[in-house]
Amino acid sequence: MVPAQRSRSLVKRPIMLLFAVLLASMAFAMTAVTPAHADDVNTDKYQYVFSGNVKYNDKPLAGVEIDVSGNGYSATVKTDEKGQWSVGVPEKKKYDITLVESTLPKGVIVSQEGNDRLTISEKGATIEAEFGLTDSKSVNFFLGQGVRETVSFFDQFVSRAINGLNFGLMLALAAIGLSLVFGTTGIANFAHAEMVTFGALMALTFSVILVWPIWIAFPLAVILTGVLGWLQDVALWKPLRIRGLSIVQLMIVSIGFSLALRYVFQYFYGGRTYQLPDTGSKKIQLLGPIALSVTDMVSMGISIVMLLLVAYWLQRTKIGKATRAIADNSSLAATSGIDVDRVVRIVWIFGSALAGLSGILWAYFRPGIKWDMGWQILLLIFAAVVLGGLGTAYGALVGSIIVGLLVELSTLWIPSDVKYVGPFVVLIIVLLVRPQGLLGRRERIG
Amino acid sequence: MDWGAIFSNSVVWIINPETIAYALATVGLAIHFGYGGLLNFGQAGFMALGAYGYAISILTFGFPWWAGILVGIAASVVFALILGIPTLRLRADYLAIATIALAETVRLLFQTTAFDAVTNSADGLGGYHESFRAANPIPKGTYGFGPFTYNETDWWVRIFGIFLLAVALLITWLLMRSPWGRVLKGIREDEDAVRALGKNVFSYKMQALILGGVFGSLGGVVFALPSAVIPGAYVPSLTFFLWTVLLLGGAATIFGPVVGSVLFWVIMAFLSNLLPRMVEAGLLPFMSNQQANIMRFVLIGLALMLIVIYRPQGLLGNKKELTFNAR
Amino acid sequence: MPADTNTTRSTGLHVGEIRPGVPKVDPIIVADNVTRSFGGLKAVDVDHVEIPRNAITALIGPNGAGKTTFFNLLTGFDKPDTGEWSFDGTSISGVPAFKTSRMGQVRTFQLTKSLAMLSVLENMKLGAKGQSGERFFTAMLPWLWRKQDDEIEQKALELLKRFKLDTKQDDFAASLSGGQRKLLEMARALMSDPTLVMLDEPMAGVNPALTQSLLDHILGLKADGMTVLFVEHDMQMVRHISDWVIVMAEGRIVAEGPPDDVMKNTAVIDAYLGSHMDTDLGVVTGRIETVATPKKEKKS
Repeated sequence: MVPAQRSRSLVKRPIMLLFAVLLASMAFAMTAVTPAHADDVNTDKYQYVFSGNVKYNDKPLAGVEIDVSGNGYSATVKTDEKGQWSVGVPEKKKYDITLVESTLPKGVIVSQEGNDRLTISEKGATIEAEFGLTDSKSVNFFLGQGVRETVSFFDQFVSRAINGLNFGLMLALAAIGLSLVFGTTGIANFAHAEMVTFGALMALTFSVILVWPIWIAFPLAVILTGVLGWLQDVALWKPLRIRGLSIVQLMIVSIGFSLALRYVFQYFYGGRTYQLPDTGSKKIQLLGPIALSVTDMVSMGISIVMLLLVAYWLQRTKIGKATRAIADNSSLAATSGIDVDRVVRIVWIFGSALAGLSGILWAYFRPGIKWDMGWQILLLIFAAVVLGGLGTAYGALVGSIIVGLLVELSTLWIPSDVKYVGPFVVLIIVLLVRPQGLLGRRERIG
Repeated sequence: MDWGAIFSNSVVWIINPETIAYALATVGLAIHFGYGGLLNFGQAGFMALGAYGYAISILTFGFPWWAGILVGIAASVVFALILGIPTLRLRADYLAIATIALAETVRLLFQTTAFDAVTNSADGLGGYHESFRAANPIPKGTYGFGPFTYNETDWWVRIFGIFLLAVALLITWLLMRSPWGRVLKGIREDEDAVRALGKNVFSYKMQALILGGVFGSLGGVVFALPSAVIPGAYVPSLTFFLWTVLLLGGAATIFGPVVGSVLFWVIMAFLSNLLPRMVEAGLLPFMSNQQANIMRFVLIGLALMLIVIYRPQGLLGNKKELTFNAR
Repeated sequence: MPADTNTTRSTGLHVGEIRPGVPKVDPIIVADNVTRSFGGLKAVDVDHVEIPRNAITALIGPNGAGKTTFFNLLTGFDKPDTGEWSFDGTSISGVPAFKTSRMGQVRTFQLTKSLAMLSVLENMKLGAKGQSGERFFTAMLPWLWRKQDDEIEQKALELLKRFKLDTKQDDFAASLSGGQRKLLEMARALMSDPTLVMLDEPMAGVNPALTQSLLDHILGLKADGMTVLFVEHDMQMVRHISDWVIVMAEGRIVAEGPPDDVMKNTAVIDAYLGSHMDTDLGVVTGRIETVATPKKEKKS
């Protein structure tokens, strides 16, 4: 940051600035780990191996199906005569190991007791397994006598709908910022994904790496994401607006910025997945089929409160009204005496901060924090925003909840590894019949 | 530092299959964006269709290699129609989001375990090379000079890829100097004006989308020819790299995509050779080897930003013929 | 060539008593019950209107009267809520814009749409109809379209000469002045040998030096057997070149008739005074002097 250069390089300077902030805040980060590569399933192909023994009353069970999945990888094995199985996996990470209960003999199930971190689903019992210091890990299921409880379709529907609502609410936090930035500046900002990741990474840095209490760590992470949003506007987007770049150019700049930031994150945090404190807490059975963990409930509560605050802000405060006015008609708003630059700046700050908050919540929902986590949901956020109507705040909210529900409910019928396809298909259909989105006005796409 | 090795490891990328594949797919993007103004961010989807169309028709249906290429082309034509009908009427930024979402849909469908029997899901496909290699007219042996020394298979892949690229460039050149190209460029400038002159704008955009998509699928085929087809390769980042290549060379130029692709890969290879050696030599004390490699992708992002801001017409482009008109 | 409007003016275009929607002797466009609303506001609500053939018809009215929207509807650039209309006896309601253009009904735009990064000559050549080189597969085989393209180029050069743009033929259209772009857009429209030319505010933003030339060209179109329908704000200009005037206000047609009669119509005066007394009627802009007409009857 050489002050003498300021008039020349409008862009290098802001990037340097951003770098400096990132460097400072990530200084405590751990060293890098190899980036992700999905590859083959064999044990001779990969050095990381899960293995186990399936026995019932000390007798080995053959032909029991075990699914290993996670990190974009999945494999299936059957136990041999000795009841043994092993599966190679490409990365030293957390995987879901599922014993398919329908392949067990009649009257035998995976017992709830004795198994650590067990989740029972329609398919079978799943253990989340992680490698220790070595490259191999044995995963065993304790079997017991019992009748398999199948969850009724209605119960599954309700529990996934609740999950979808939770997911939709956190998407909405991210989507509102994206939509308002678009409404006020015309930028389809791909780097918004990195605000989501940044929030989560800062929360990780403060709460796990620095071991600060979360009531300091998380708000600080959200505030820092807001600061990053402010820096972006001041150092990058405002100069580019003044320079008169077209919206297409701005969009591509945001793609470049998103790429650069994402790899900066990987540079400092590596390719592994981190967990925030108290991730995966026990589910509490509430009404009927509804089971939520404390973090789920807190997360939904925070989302709802924040969204209500945003609605109040848009509806009642002067700046909020001005924001809606600019999103509606920027030049008209400017002539009516609204300080567009100031409003845009505030939108950047709050939009980014909300995205950062949604990143923290999503880190619990996913669960886990990874350098490209925001990027993984960026298209869902875009789908939500376009679905609701680009540039409208309430449209983003409605669109997000629809997308969240779609993602979770669609897994009732389609495999969960294609669950993101549903919103994309709906997005295309909406663009076909109502391109302005559900709450958008027809003139917008002019 | 071993400058000789760094240099030779870098220059080989001039004719590597990846370079040719990127150039081909970027010629397609140039037709979409450079000449037609279509903001296609789903080129990775077209590449995936080319690669999977080729591999699946050989592995599952036992087609010969050339029929596999035709299947890839046909798949991309169908995809262009599905993509174009809802989106070509939309404003540029909507088109970008819709295309990227549909390309991701394609990738997820190739990656899901639901079609494991055909696609081998996340593991991808390999071992489809026999038919293509059997058609190789080059006798067994090693040919070439210096770093450009390859066996007959490697040459066959390169020569065939360059042949496809040359055909794509020729078609592009012929079209863009024809009245057809004039209409397409007119649409890029102002589609209403062209519509008022009695041209079926939607039809032209669709033709451009299909043609560029076919070049994208051919890029995917060339990408698949030497090695394997892995769904993780066809992520949106691939499309972004293609855009970097396009804007580097010049969006509305015939040879821009080739120049851009060569530069992109040679620079990437140069950095991947240089940076780790600098780390080993202690010149970059704050970096590990892996971090040095990640650094390259940070640089791509920065390069993309800087090109769009400071030289949007690319290296070969005419300053006056900027392709970014305010919409 | 001074614009001697009186000698060329067509009369006797209508049948029966003059009133909004009066039938014409030989209409080229007949529109019925055309409506278009934007969010509850009716922008266009035309019961019946006929445009006379081989005459210059002006469509006037205060800002927001729905003139351009009506234009967009007639040319297929916008879709109406209701309504039917025909061009040259063929129903073209709901026909897309490019098809109405191919039938001989070309238009220009209020904000000029010259194709900035194409040369002036390329702009012109784009206007020609039925080019075999515009078909995908033929385009790749130059010998199939070269001859036709040369003919089109000849025609383009002649038109450019007529519009005094021939020295600019190789420049990017972006380098032309606003008035030159208007000329280019009009010349480009003529490349397709239209029967009806629809000009949306041909004078807007044109500097006075070019006004005369533009007026001459519009009169020339009629002399060549074409029909002209144009939207304009400037009443003096309307009076000088038009044979028939149609007045719109709040989406409806409130009056029509020969220019001198319309100017005296109270409905017209009300329409203008009601919404835009300060700008529209009889305002003498700089360009009017070049037409060299007495400025009487101002605010008649």
